[in-house]
Amino acid sequence: MTPSAPAVQARDLTKTYPGGVRALDGMEITVAAGTVFGLLGPNGAGKSTTVKILTTLARPDSGTAVVAGHDALRHPDRVRRAIGVVAQRSGADPVATGRENLLLQGRLYGLRGAGLARRVDELLERFDLAEAGGRQVKTYSGGMQRRLDVALGLVHRPQVLFLDEPTTGLDPEARTAMWEEIGRLAGDEGLTILLTTHYLEEADRLAERIAIVDRGRVVAEGTPDELKGELHGDAVHVELREAPDAVDGTLIRTALGEFAGVREVALDGRRLSARADDGPAAVPHVLAALERQGAAVASVTVARPSLDDVYLRYAGRRFAEADAAPGGAEPVPAPVPASTSGGAR
Amino acid sequence: MSTTLNQTWFMTQRQLTAILRQPAYLVITLIQPVIWLFLFGSLFRKVVELPGFGTGSYLDYLVPGVVVMSAVSSNMWAGMGTLEEIERGTLNRFLTTPVSRAALMNANVVQQGISTAIQSVVIVLLGKIGGADYPGGIGGLLILVVASIVLGTVFGACSNALGMLVRQRESIIGINSFLLLPLTFLSSAFMAPALMPSWMRHVADFNPINWALVAGRSAMSADPDWGDVLSRGGALLALGVAAVWLSTLSFRSYQKSV
Repeated sequence: MTPSAPAVQARDLTKTYPGGVRALDGMEITVAAGTVFGLLGPNGAGKSTTVKILTTLARPDSGTAVVAGHDALRHPDRVRRAIGVVAQRSGADPVATGRENLLLQGRLYGLRGAGLARRVDELLERFDLAEAGGRQVKTYSGGMQRRLDVALGLVHRPQVLFLDEPTTGLDPEARTAMWEEIGRLAGDEGLTILLTTHYLEEADRLAERIAIVDRGRVVAEGTPDELKGELHGDAVHVELREAPDAVDGTLIRTALGEFAGVREVALDGRRLSARADDGPAAVPHVLAALERQGAAVASVTVARPSLDDVYLRYAGRRFAEADAAPGGAEPVPAPVPASTSGGAR
Repeated sequence: MSTTLNQTWFMTQRQLTAILRQPAYLVITLIQPVIWLFLFGSLFRKVVELPGFGTGSYLDYLVPGVVVMSAVSSNMWAGMGTLEEIERGTLNRFLTTPVSRAALMNANVVQQGISTAIQSVVIVLLGKIGGADYPGGIGGLLILVVASIVLGTVFGACSNALGMLVRQRESIIGINSFLLLPLTFLSSAFMAPALMPSWMRHVADFNPINWALVAGRSAMSADPDWGDVLSRGGALLALGVAAVWLSTLSFRSYQKSV
């Protein structure tokens, strides 16, 4: 593999599961070597199926997948030697100790003897499991199990590490710790990480590039800043004291839409949202216009666009609608019904 | 090839360690045969007095029956373990490593074989302590143990196939409870064939449990009928190969369904 070659390249992957469920519908991703790439999307978007194909577990109906310079469909054995996989479900043997799990994993990659023992000690130390290494995995906490899973994926020093929803099911404290760990991994020389997540905050924080996945294909891709930047401007949220009636509502929307640099005005009950090139500068105009319409204001907030906004723009629905899972520490704006958010797309 | 052998041993070791660390499981698999041995042994002690039974001590007759029945009853649950490994994600973890696929399959067979061998030897020894006589000597006992291992492989492989294809505990539990006793009673495990109703005797001729019993008992007798041993043993072996092949197919179908 030349340094400039991508570590992962998937082209036009399609896969339909028995029963007609179309999991992938033209999935395309390219991950540059040595970077952290995030696949972001709700449950069922096709992230895990993509990972299963790239890690040689599943075969696509059509398309190509090249991982670490090897064709995953024609030479799965070569790909397996080059990758580490941390799947959604733990997969560690609960009856065996952490150390035994790691030793077996190493042996499957052909590691033996003192070299393997050293590597296992090093990983136990690194993932803060040195003391627990001799205990059965079933006695571990969720965070410890997850750290062991990551250690299992690293035993043989892979070129590409797949992390499929690494923090799902972890409590906030363990999640933060895992984020720090992944951040450190990303600094490891040459390691490429492909991460899937349905936490917006996680992708924003960890990944250098993000692909937003919806219904089996990538709907947007770029750095977190690029994606947010494409929204051109800040979100302005206004909470009114009372919900205006239909006529007033239309008047308010029209009045605000007349300002230069203010777009995508949406009103849902007492909640008014708009997008502005320069949020803080737009606030006085917005407030003045509302006063003229006789609408009393309870609060105003201006926010830089979040990935949630990006998701809404590309997938056509709020992230929280597509996925009932919690959106991390970042407050997710309440879902806006499509009928009143005509300008949102 | 040597890699596959090495890996088979690593995976077998893992499974054996897991069994040893679940003492409850270990105790139950060993106590159950003991209960059968002494319960059936006491209950049916006088059955040998029936004209035509053909043996003087019922315990002598019962030991192979319990060895074979235990081999079936412990191996037919193998699919539960496989199912658990699938649900926990352990199988997928192994499948993303370069481990030989044959090693994954072989480890099941080898582990089950070792477990069955140990269980069978324990039952034979318990029988000896209880006063059973084995006129066929070590050679005869060895053939009984091998026959029970092969029979166990048949049921273990089918159970694994079921676990991978159906992926439901209920199916395995249902089929097992449905099969174990009828299959055992439709064999010469507890009753001499001469005293079985003729239709049962004919059904038993097609019952692999009975093949293991005929081969084992004949080899254990003072004057073995090697024709019986070879024909039943051969049929059993062929069935074992077919069952392992079936479970390999189901493994492939599992990989397609991932």
